[in-house]
Amino acid sequence: MELAINKSNTFTSTRNACKLCSPLGASLVFKGIEGCIPMIHGSQGCATYIRRYMISHYKEPVDIASSNFSEETTIYGGNKNFCTSIDNVRKMYNPAVIGIASTCLSETIGEDIPRLIKEYAQLHEGEQIPVFIHASTPSYQGSHMDGFHETVLSTVANLATEGATSKQINIFSGFISPADIRYIKEICDDFGVEYMVFPDYSDTLDNPHWKDYQLIPEGGTPVAQLKNAANAIASIEFGTIMNKVVSTSKSSAAHTAGEWLEKHHSVPNTRMPLPIGIEASDLFFKTLETISGIATPRHHARERGRLIDAYVDGHKYVFGKRAVVFGEEDMVLSMVAFLHEIGIETVLAGSGGESNSLKKEIDARTSGVYPNMIVMNNLDFETINEMVDELKPDIFIGNSKGYYIARRLKKPIVRIGFPIHDRFGAQRLHHIGYRGTQELFDRIVNALIEYKQEHSPVGYKYI
Amino acid sequence: MNAILKDRNSQITRAGADTKTIVCNKPSLAGAVSQRACVFCGSRVVLYPIADALHLIHGPIGCAAYTWDIRGAMSSGPEIHRMSFSTDLHEKDVVFGGEKKLEAALLELIDAYNPKAAFVYSTCIVGVIGDDIESICRKVQALKQIPVIPVHAPGFQGTKKDGYRAACEALEVLVGTGNRPAQEFSINILGDFNLAGELWILIDYYKRMGIHINATITGDGRVEDIANAHKAQLNVVQCSGSMMYLAKQMKEKYGIPFMKVSYFGIEDMSDALYEVATFFKNNDMLAKAKEIVRLEFARLMPELAVYKQALQGKKAAIYVGGSFKAISLIKALRLIGVQTVVVGSQTGTADEYEIIKQLCDEGTIIVDDSNPAELSAFVKETKADIFIGGVKERPIAYKIGLGFCDHNHERKEALAGYEGMLNFAKEIYATAMSPVWKFTK
Repeated sequence: MELAINKSNTFTSTRNACKLCSPLGASLVFKGIEGCIPMIHGSQGCATYIRRYMISHYKEPVDIASSNFSEETTIYGGNKNFCTSIDNVRKMYNPAVIGIASTCLSETIGEDIPRLIKEYAQLHEGEQIPVFIHASTPSYQGSHMDGFHETVLSTVANLATEGATSKQINIFSGFISPADIRYIKEICDDFGVEYMVFPDYSDTLDNPHWKDYQLIPEGGTPVAQLKNAANAIASIEFGTIMNKVVSTSKSSAAHTAGEWLEKHHSVPNTRMPLPIGIEASDLFFKTLETISGIATPRHHARERGRLIDAYVDGHKYVFGKRAVVFGEEDMVLSMVAFLHEIGIETVLAGSGGESNSLKKEIDARTSGVYPNMIVMNNLDFETINEMVDELKPDIFIGNSKGYYIARRLKKPIVRIGFPIHDRFGAQRLHHIGYRGTQELFDRIVNALIEYKQEHSPVGYKYI
Repeated sequence: MNAILKDRNSQITRAGADTKTIVCNKPSLAGAVSQRACVFCGSRVVLYPIADALHLIHGPIGCAAYTWDIRGAMSSGPEIHRMSFSTDLHEKDVVFGGEKKLEAALLELIDAYNPKAAFVYSTCIVGVIGDDIESICRKVQALKQIPVIPVHAPGFQGTKKDGYRAACEALEVLVGTGNRPAQEFSINILGDFNLAGELWILIDYYKRMGIHINATITGDGRVEDIANAHKAQLNVVQCSGSMMYLAKQMKEKYGIPFMKVSYFGIEDMSDALYEVATFFKNNDMLAKAKEIVRLEFARLMPELAVYKQALQGKKAAIYVGGSFKAISLIKALRLIGVQTVVVGSQTGTADEYEIIKQLCDEGTIIVDDSNPAELSAFVKETKADIFIGGVKERPIAYKIGLGFCDHNHERKEALAGYEGMLNFAKEIYATAMSPVWKFTK
């Protein structure tokens, strides 16, 4: 059996995509900067579709401006719309930062956004203008994750400035939930270290209730911390695949923010997988211990202990079960490794991401013990749907868009990551660290128990 | 900070004798964070419910991904429309052109899914890179012997409303190509999208009156029915913003008259049935319509009275896609004791905004193509209790403690017809009466 099957062997078209477009990733990162309004340089629909998609997941207002290209803009260039848009965003929101993402349209007609920003700044010399950050995110290049990491990189490359040495630890935490981000901050606080988590949309996309409408929601990584990133003692990056697709096609030597800071400002970078599972979480905590010289606080050590206790209590429910895992590459990779850790065999692991390194990475993380595992990059949901019957999975783990396949097979699905459009509380789900792993483990065990109970003719009250 | 940009002033007015006429039908202001989407969106939402057609989106992945299974438009049969097909253009396609990929995608998808027709949506960059979609469509149509219809929908070529027109133009290609025998008392239902099965509620009323449903465009839509749409005696048009163009074209080409109706609220629903019966000049039909209305009123009014009593004095803000629907909503809310204090739409027309001005209490804010900054300021100023809108308006309402009712295309509760009026009242009641608001004050 050919193990790394590529979708293109069968269908030219993409059927029910397992990915989103690049400007969505950029918008997420911009939402994680304090005082920032994202602006998409392209058609009105790009901003509105991305808003709708994110609102349905986060249940929060997501304001994204658009320069709203017209026919005229497309022919003669976007300069006028760009300036009007910036002016109007400033008048309405008075933002500290405007994060500008390009689109397939603006890139194809050759818009030079850095030049537009420069010209705008010249035109408004002497005024207090916002900080501008630009990310090149044409949707014909890679997926939303490429847009995400590209934007993390360009934000840091834009803002990081050398100054007095600092004790800051930079944590580039990848695409995780608001609850996950809050948990990382709690861990760092408990360690007592100075840190920056970027992007930090833990408040902006999961705010408490308001009395008055906040045009720019509270929260986000402060610009001061981003500037200070150049003077940090270390960077930690979650994700080993990240934005390989797009970055390797570009000439820039650094592909990620951590790499860039290491190269340009000698900030040592530790890249590690998204910390899901005990082994991966241990690596994160050990790295924090090494950098800070502080032992893991008791509170977290005990969470680890309870997780091991839970693994033991629940091991028989999960052992030998067969899982189908799908979503973003780094999420899929870490999920598969976690499932391996608890004795669940992944029979199919797939992503719409196009790095073509998912198979290699999974083999490395699972010591190559699953020779029959099908690993697919560049995959869509219909391909999963067509392959999945003969794989006889017991459980699906991924975002909510795979629900229809699980439904057809009448098998449980545990919803993780993004998007979750058909369940409540996605922004509060944990995925990473001991706490996130505990939550995932509980959910997986319960999904399997529930399935067994509902399909039992007896209807046991004890399982 | 200004909630209202100077350039937006002309698109905001108030109900009352001496207030200005609203300006509408304009492109959205750059940077204004409009709630509208684009031309592509307009065409996609209109054609989406045609269930036995292939909908292939030619462009990079975003446009297809964000519109996968996007509407609650139900089908009584095939469900090809619930799939998201894209040519997923990559950099090399942008450089060398996407025509070959489009042709290969069309051929393989038609073979795999056996659709009765294919719609090919062109997105932003397709026009820019110069793909000749028309000729690919002609070629594949000749090869596969099904209609393969280009939908010209680059996002930047106008507003969402222009997308409605692009959809109507695509439909026009189909209409008139069938030759089923015509039937007596037959109508086409235009502009109902069968959200949450609403179309089936309406069909039931019409059938009870002895009316034959010739084609439903596009709710629970079928290619063959649309091809035979010219065999109807009357086009009954709801959601006039999206379907008026097609109705007018069909009048011109085939001499089929049309009437505008609304199925929201019991007044408008009843008027629709009476008007259709009157059109056919058939006393028996009119008597049946009256009987339906009598029965439904008898069933509904006692229940609605309970809600009205509870809701009396509540204030509502409405922000929906089209102004025609807003008119019905104002009336439906009034029926259950709720006063409308803000009303707006993404793509309203001048005539309808004028009707709204007449209909609403003095001072009611009327707005075209609004945004979160304005809407949040308006509901604060007017002290609205409830917001009626779509997904993008929901968090604006909830975040500052207003009730909310989803009246957009993602809704899963039927809100049309008499039954729909009852559901609407129940939903407004549920959101207004929830005990959770005591924590938000």
